[in-house]
Amino acid sequence: MSQLQPRLAPVNSPVEVDLYEVRREIYPRAVRGWFASWRVALVLLTQVVFYGTAWLSWNGRQAVLFDLAARKFYIFGLVVWPQDFIFLTMLLIIAALSLFLFTAVAGRLWCGYACPQTVYTEIFLWIERFIEGDRMQRMRLDQGALDTRKLFKKTFKHLAWIALALWTGFTFVGYFTPIRTLAPEVAGVSLGPWETFWILFYGFATYGNAGWMREQVCKYMCPYARFQSVMFDSDTLIITYDAQRGEPRGSRSKSADYKAAGLGACVDCGICVQVCPTGIDIRNGLQYECIGCAACIDGCDRVMDKMGYAHGLIRYSTENAVRGGYRDRDIVRHVLRPRTLVYSAILLAIATAFLALLYLRVPLKVDVIRDRATLVRETTDGLLENVYRLQIMNTAERPRTVLITASGIEGMRLIVPQPIDVPAATMLTVPVALRIDSATASPGSHPVRFHIEDSTDPRVRADEKSMFYVR
Amino acid sequence: MSDFSSDFWTFYIGLITVVSIIACALLLYSYSTARAAKGDEAGTTGHVWDEDLAEKNNPLPRWWMWMFYLTIIFSLIYLALYPGLGSYAGAFGWSSRQQYDDEQKQAAALYGPIFDGYLKQDIKAVADDPKAHAIGQRLFLNYCAQCHGSDAGGGVGPNLRDDVWLYGGDPETIKASITNGRLGIMPPMGAAVGSEEDIKDVANYVRSLSGLAHDASRAQRGKVKFAAICAACHGADGKGKRELHSADLTDKDWLYGSSEATIIETITKGRTGQMPAHKGFLDDGKIHLLTAYVYSLSQPHRQ
Repeated sequence: MSQLQPRLAPVNSPVEVDLYEVRREIYPRAVRGWFASWRVALVLLTQVVFYGTAWLSWNGRQAVLFDLAARKFYIFGLVVWPQDFIFLTMLLIIAALSLFLFTAVAGRLWCGYACPQTVYTEIFLWIERFIEGDRMQRMRLDQGALDTRKLFKKTFKHLAWIALALWTGFTFVGYFTPIRTLAPEVAGVSLGPWETFWILFYGFATYGNAGWMREQVCKYMCPYARFQSVMFDSDTLIITYDAQRGEPRGSRSKSADYKAAGLGACVDCGICVQVCPTGIDIRNGLQYECIGCAACIDGCDRVMDKMGYAHGLIRYSTENAVRGGYRDRDIVRHVLRPRTLVYSAILLAIATAFLALLYLRVPLKVDVIRDRATLVRETTDGLLENVYRLQIMNTAERPRTVLITASGIEGMRLIVPQPIDVPAATMLTVPVALRIDSATASPGSHPVRFHIEDSTDPRVRADEKSMFYVR
Repeated sequence: MSDFSSDFWTFYIGLITVVSIIACALLLYSYSTARAAKGDEAGTTGHVWDEDLAEKNNPLPRWWMWMFYLTIIFSLIYLALYPGLGSYAGAFGWSSRQQYDDEQKQAAALYGPIFDGYLKQDIKAVADDPKAHAIGQRLFLNYCAQCHGSDAGGGVGPNLRDDVWLYGGDPETIKASITNGRLGIMPPMGAAVGSEEDIKDVANYVRSLSGLAHDASRAQRGKVKFAAICAACHGADGKGKRELHSADLTDKDWLYGSSEATIIETITKGRTGQMPAHKGFLDDGKIHLLTAYVYSLSQPHRQ
């Protein structure tokens, strides 16, 4: 509201209002403290994992590789085929539910510490600070005329950003094209057109989002920022300014007895606004722009230290806690409420199911496709035959020998050369015939089952049903 | 390119497209600012619900608006380069047909050498190559299995795994069958044979030839009719004539069925078995590999 006011003339005639606003540049001030350290730790952790994992090897291949062309996803010892799509679905459900749970309990933890948008903005800000200096120096640099020094600093900053962004794009593509073959291709400028495009695309996305867009991604684009308000309630941890303690705000000398002067604990230094990466004033209450990064907490606590006041004028607290004067113990007690219990129960159930399915997953899959042009045929001996194609998929990374059996009709015989060798990570199509004496089954369709089993490991087996037609 | 019945539709569609794009631009322009009501509280749209719930004007960033304009510019460039305005072909002259042809050419360039390598080899040599066998099986499952069965054991079409061949099972003949197709006709002989009883007699004789259960007295009568009429094609001994590609009735191989009813139907109405020609549909390389695959199926020592 306050941002709009200046654009509206305070007169009683209709006025022209802009429906699109020009962005104000935000210069977040560097901050140190408990929460800032946590963010640094998480930035380093996530990036070591992201930049590093692509280079790991596992049994002679890249440990984590999503081979889209071959439709095989390698994740360490696991090879995921398109038929395993249910696992991705479950993983996404687990991720979504975890997000719901963490949001209900502690607000925007994800946004503040782990979201790539936050992480890359943080890294880009480090680079920016290293080259251009902190808030005030950056503001002065931007306001100043374009001289050699400014040109040098800006060029240097953007080159550093672009280099990091391209490395990020390269690493990302390295999860889809083996990174160890990608690297020499990049070095030798012999990249394929698609790899080039995607490296540049993700490089540009990183550079644009972390260098230029920053808080606008959270404010205007991110869907999570918009729907998380429905997962908040009065017991959710949010970053709050304690207005009861802080107001009325005002400047004072360190030695003065501010209570006697009728002042609150807020010295109105504005540090909390200066450190905010989204440019809001937390003292106005909870706002949708707040990404929960806790920079204002760290900033305020340092000021409180200087003033000799207690920490926590701005702190992680809940709406109810501020209103009802809860102690920390009460806040913890209120974590257990129907919403969080329901989220936890569903999360636990799906996570258990996911792990159980993953554990029970058999690296052998079979599809049975019945020949449809001819339902039944007669052999030279007057017996009846149905023909099927068995598509046997060996999803493991070693060859396998399987045996096929069939059951369903008395005296039924399976006609196929056995045993069958299925090479590693391959799908094999095996035509087979089932043969019965016409006297053993009535005309019509009869259910039959194919049973495929590893010849050496009976735990690796698959069952598929089909139909046998008799005329 | 144009499939329109008259030029009118080209103009009709082109006009609607262009007018819509212009309308989008005008709409965007007219909604980039708004008139605020007199004395309006700053930043609300003036809509109020439930007494105090007001709709705020939280403006989008300006670059967002430029993205809308960019989509309009994009659409104009796109329509200039690609077909979209009626029958206008676009500056690039792109068509899905052309793209398909290009992809076909790419595939031919990629896989052609593999087939060319086998084309240079003798069919019997190709039949012994396990890699060629695997390719041949995939081709067979794609193009042949509908009639001959996935296991080539027959169905609508004949069994290809046995040693019974109407036209010959040597590589050259198999290749000719695939390339040019075959049309095997047994004419309807009902009228020539005579009454339904006569036909039944002949059917019983035919069953007796391959040792199937039959009525001996009917077969005795049918034998006379067979010698007079059927022997012309199937031979006096019923073993068929290779030059006429007529079926051997003394073996156990029955393309249409061996029951009395089926044989009566075959005699009365005749049969037409057509193997379609694959020349032009499949290229030489594929036919070569398929020939080798089919040939190998009837060579027990090879597989």
